[in-house]
Amino acid sequence: MTARQPLPVASAEGLVKRFGAGPAALDQVSIAIRPWQMTGLVGPDGAGKTTLIRILAGLMTADAGTLDILGGAPIDALEDIGYMPQRFGLYEDLSVLENLTLYAELRALPKAEHDATFDRLLTFTDLKRFQSRPAGKLSGGMKQKLGLACALVRTPKLLLLDEPGVGVDPISRRELWSMVSDLTEEGIGVLWSTAYLDEAENCDIVYLLNDGKLLFEGPPEALTDGIEGRVIKVTDFDDNRRHVLTRALDRSDVIDGTLQGRAVRLLVKEGCAPPDRTVLNEGEQTRVSQASARFEDGFIDILGGGPTGTSQLAQNYREIPVSDAPAISANGLTKKFGDFTAAEDMNFTVGRGQIFGLLGPNGAGKSTCFKMLCGLLTPTSGTGAVAGKDIRRAAAHARSSLGYMAQKFSLYGDLSVAQNLAFFAGVYNLGGAAAKAAIGQMTELFNLGDRLNVNAGTLPLGFKQRLALACAVMHQPPVLFLDEPTSGVDPVARREFWTHINGLVEKGVTVLVTTHFMDEAEYCDSVTLIYRARQIASGSPDDLKAEAARITGAGDPTMEDAFIALIERSEQSNAPGLAA
Amino acid sequence: MERLRAIILKEIWALLRDPKGRIILFAPPLLQLMIFSFATTLDVNNARIGILDQSGGAQAQELVQRIAASSNFGEIQRLSSHDGLARAIDRQEIIAAVVFEPGFDRALAAGKPATLGIILDGRRSNAAQIVAGYISNIASDAAAQRSGGSGPVSGIVTNWYNPSLDYIWFTLPSLIAIVSAVAGLSVTAQSVARERELGTFDQLMVSPLRMHEILIGKMIPPWLVGMLNGTIFLAVATLFFHVPFTGSLLLFYLSLAVYMFALIGVGMFVSAASTTQQQAFLGSFLAMVPLILLSGYASPIENMPDWLQMVTLINPARYFVVIVQGLFLKAMPLDLVLEQLWPLCLIAIATLSISAWLFRARME
Repeated sequence: MTARQPLPVASAEGLVKRFGAGPAALDQVSIAIRPWQMTGLVGPDGAGKTTLIRILAGLMTADAGTLDILGGAPIDALEDIGYMPQRFGLYEDLSVLENLTLYAELRALPKAEHDATFDRLLTFTDLKRFQSRPAGKLSGGMKQKLGLACALVRTPKLLLLDEPGVGVDPISRRELWSMVSDLTEEGIGVLWSTAYLDEAENCDIVYLLNDGKLLFEGPPEALTDGIEGRVIKVTDFDDNRRHVLTRALDRSDVIDGTLQGRAVRLLVKEGCAPPDRTVLNEGEQTRVSQASARFEDGFIDILGGGPTGTSQLAQNYREIPVSDAPAISANGLTKKFGDFTAAEDMNFTVGRGQIFGLLGPNGAGKSTCFKMLCGLLTPTSGTGAVAGKDIRRAAAHARSSLGYMAQKFSLYGDLSVAQNLAFFAGVYNLGGAAAKAAIGQMTELFNLGDRLNVNAGTLPLGFKQRLALACAVMHQPPVLFLDEPTSGVDPVARREFWTHINGLVEKGVTVLVTTHFMDEAEYCDSVTLIYRARQIASGSPDDLKAEAARITGAGDPTMEDAFIALIERSEQSNAPGLAA
Repeated sequence: MERLRAIILKEIWALLRDPKGRIILFAPPLLQLMIFSFATTLDVNNARIGILDQSGGAQAQELVQRIAASSNFGEIQRLSSHDGLARAIDRQEIIAAVVFEPGFDRALAAGKPATLGIILDGRRSNAAQIVAGYISNIASDAAAQRSGGSGPVSGIVTNWYNPSLDYIWFTLPSLIAIVSAVAGLSVTAQSVARERELGTFDQLMVSPLRMHEILIGKMIPPWLVGMLNGTIFLAVATLFFHVPFTGSLLLFYLSLAVYMFALIGVGMFVSAASTTQQQAFLGSFLAMVPLILLSGYASPIENMPDWLQMVTLINPARYFVVIVQGLFLKAMPLDLVLEQLWPLCLIAIATLSISAWLFRARME
């Protein structure tokens, strides 16, 4: 193995970078990117991935450490570096071809080579059909492909990709991945940065970054092999799956657990024997089997495990009264913007104490549907109700019975934590003593005590998420609306979040979640998959996976496989040639 | 009530939390006030004028002496002919020329009215007009001092309300109207647009806050800032620049309050129409320019074409400039203030309603 290891195209030793006071953005990070390989830079938002990439691309200098890019400083190797930032600088009003031409000229590609290069890149990215379309009119996935093509106008030796998969649906993400892995076969050294831990498993070498520190480096199997045998799958238990997960997580020999359809997946503490059926005591039928370890399990293991199963937040929450009316209902909800139908004929009901997921690629209509139900958009036709209140006629009443957590936790960044809490308490009509009690409780539950006077915008991501949840549930609403609630946060913070949500659901809270993260979908009791403004499949996550298995014939598909299979089926039944 | 309190407090915090923001709220308006008041002085000093004396008499000589003694004029150029005069003005050697006709002294001696010719460089109309004013002033002074009733100039201009013709007395009160408009408008214009850009607007819309509560919550803090700025300007004008404030403070604040509401309506309209802070900034700039130009501060409304004069009727600054000048310099009585205040009230009601309508309409 070592004999065949080619020399790295880029390497760095002991990089340190600080921005102002506080912990370093990069703390003694070393990395080597070799040709013919896909090197993964994995970690949650704020881990330091972008900082490291910008240093490698020569856009920023490190405070300490050495850097060797193609045998010199990055500034001497710019010709051979392809760099694609998170939001690639596409000119939205220029067409696909014009963007390519612009970047070819910026990178001084000889005129004679333009046509051949563009032809190759457009074929490679499958954008040939759209070459005259303005870049602003492309879907998220196509924009990323065009960005990639622009970064490749001169074939680089080192390709730095900063989260190319962000905001891209699973299908485009897979396509992008396979394009880039083709590039490694030409001998390009690729650095692919991502917050999706499942992408790490496909890399040749992974660098795992968290809080500016390197937690792991090596082939991903090295991490998963280390915990092999400690991951178990529990199925066929008697009780509700959320209860089983909560009880399992409260055990001292279990350090992490997730829901996976009707199964519960557990990570056992190092040195402990995996609990068997009798130990778990979840019924005679319970089956415990080994499951293959995932990169995320390894990450959680390094971080010391997730939170315990019982949510303090849920324990202090009121019991939501049982009612005959469904907690959320949509009857033929349709939204049109001019000629464009953003959502058509949405029908579903969600009972008390259920988690319902709206799934779908970006721009498919799931957000439109979500926004109609939470009162941000007025439906063109159809009706909906939240907590028994009509979203048209009693909009303000419907709004006061829901808690809302926006994508990226839109809190008031310039306001302190305490001011944010006070504002949301007031907005939900909590006054005086009630507000004080609620704020005090949230502060304690979410451990915000010593950060009360800090500006919310400067909080670490995990704390932002806590604060956003605190603001959304302070008034103890019967219904919670969550918009991609855990995107980009580290897995421990994600577990903590879902522990709270699972606990709240047990108290009768109903949750509507919109997501394109498949592990969030697994927590749902039922989901509906929205594609091109229509519901193309509905059911429990297990139902959808079973349906996908029937389509593809493959056994045991993941949620992401199911997502892709169902969309492709819908695609085939529609008019071909419009794929976007 | 709890909700309204919460959003007003939040908006105030949003304005004041950022130390830079705090400075921006109060420092630039004050600086603008200072700079404007020094830079836009309408006095003309050291103007060069020419004298064409074809009379050669003592009366003409006396007047020339008086002109030469004035600090407003610099060098006096003696001209010998009308051709020379034309050339001097053509080359911009002088801005104006005083012409004494051959019969000037004779007419005065006979007790008849005499005419004094003043030729001005129309290319520099503003300054030239002022110079003309100075010259006729001097002429009428001279006439008044000579015994008898007859003088060389028939119309005698006396400057009431501003006896020393100190232009800062005129500009500063109007500047209060202009500068507080700049501040009030831009603060409001940013408020909704900022939330849209930060993504917190949806959060606000999903909360049980009623539409009117959001609107009121967003309008009160800029209004308070405007009132506070107005107070600071009032203090600076009277204490620092010694401009007399002769009217009623109560009427000043009442008018300022209505004026600020009218502007906040405009600002809210801009904000509701914008999706980014940049658009809001450009939008408030767009509103600002006509607001200032059509206020009567920069150029007299009576000099505008009729149709433009009609347009000024919807400009809130037009009314407030009159009120604030009146309150400063001539102790404007209640009835005259009300005459300006009721259209201002109508405008405020209109801008607030239109912005509320747009805010609702732009919800989606």
